[in-house]
Amino acid sequence: MADELDDLPVLTTTVDKVAQWARRSSIWPVTFGLACCAIEMMSTGASRYDLARFGAEVFRASPRQADLMIVAGRLSRKMAPVLRRIYDQMPEPKWVISMGACASAGGVFDNYAIVQGVDQVVPVDVFVPGCPPRPEALLYGIVQLQRKIDRQKAFRG
Amino acid sequence: MDAVAIAQLLQGLVPGCGAEPVAAGDQPTVTVSPEHIAVVAAALRDHPDLRFTLPIDIVGVDLLPREPRFEVNYHLVSPDRPQPIRLRVKVWLPGAAPHLPTVSAVWPACNFLEREVWDLLGVVFDGHPDPRRLLTPEDWEGHPLRKDYPVQIKLPVKTESPIQLTPEQFRANIEHDRHGRGGAGA
Repeated sequence: MADELDDLPVLTTTVDKVAQWARRSSIWPVTFGLACCAIEMMSTGASRYDLARFGAEVFRASPRQADLMIVAGRLSRKMAPVLRRIYDQMPEPKWVISMGACASAGGVFDNYAIVQGVDQVVPVDVFVPGCPPRPEALLYGIVQLQRKIDRQKAFRG
Repeated sequence: MDAVAIAQLLQGLVPGCGAEPVAAGDQPTVTVSPEHIAVVAAALRDHPDLRFTLPIDIVGVDLLPREPRFEVNYHLVSPDRPQPIRLRVKVWLPGAAPHLPTVSAVWPACNFLEREVWDLLGVVFDGHPDPRRLLTPEDWEGHPLRKDYPVQIKLPVKTESPIQLTPEQFRANIEHDRHGRGGAGA
């Protein structure tokens, strides 16, 4: 079989690999800037750092069209239900990047008002450290997420 | 018009209000007794020599362990004159059950400001038309800017908040919205 295919203009692969490739190559983030990290996130999306190189430049204003939530900034306890609702409204498969010290662990805001890590609210795939992280760091986080997607099984069961 | 003159004028306008000038470096400051604040506010707004029509801010202060513990500052401006003047009206309140009359009937802009002071410091404004929390979630317990409020609370994060409590309230809100806006397009 393999010998016969060698002579034909055909490429064989698995459904998993195709789905993984499609998913990691167009990770559309939902717009969820909460604080100063959002400025770095915008810079990442703009021409200088050009998030489009990784297929993730289409920031969607609707969670229904998004694959990725970049939690960019400190999350207050009052905002937590909103974050959770937007996450729940995103269709599967979906991923979360916790951007910056505040989103990841509360940062300098060690007080009653700020959630000490958004992993208390939504499952986080990649934590990006920094205060705020430079665009390069966020890009690295997105590339890490792409590697993670490559390792995930596209179809469960 | 300095603090002494304003205090004397207020004492004449509102007998028993206890208006006294307070030493302050930045702007004229007078203190009045809490129970007279609404009457004093109306006098400050309406008297032709005062005309403090613009409330800038209401600032609550917790001075624990001092007694009286709470301080409420009304920052006012009288803009309608060649040289606008500022005034700070200071009210002292006891630590146990602090309350004072609302001034939101005098200055509607004070509605949210008083809600903020109540939310963060627990100072009750009697007669307030909408005494809900402003900054913290509606089901928050305690008043975070009090000095005896803990910096960090070890509570689980609430990830759900119902938009409406019951179907009846939902329908009532829709109806209220429809009639409240009124007119064409409603």
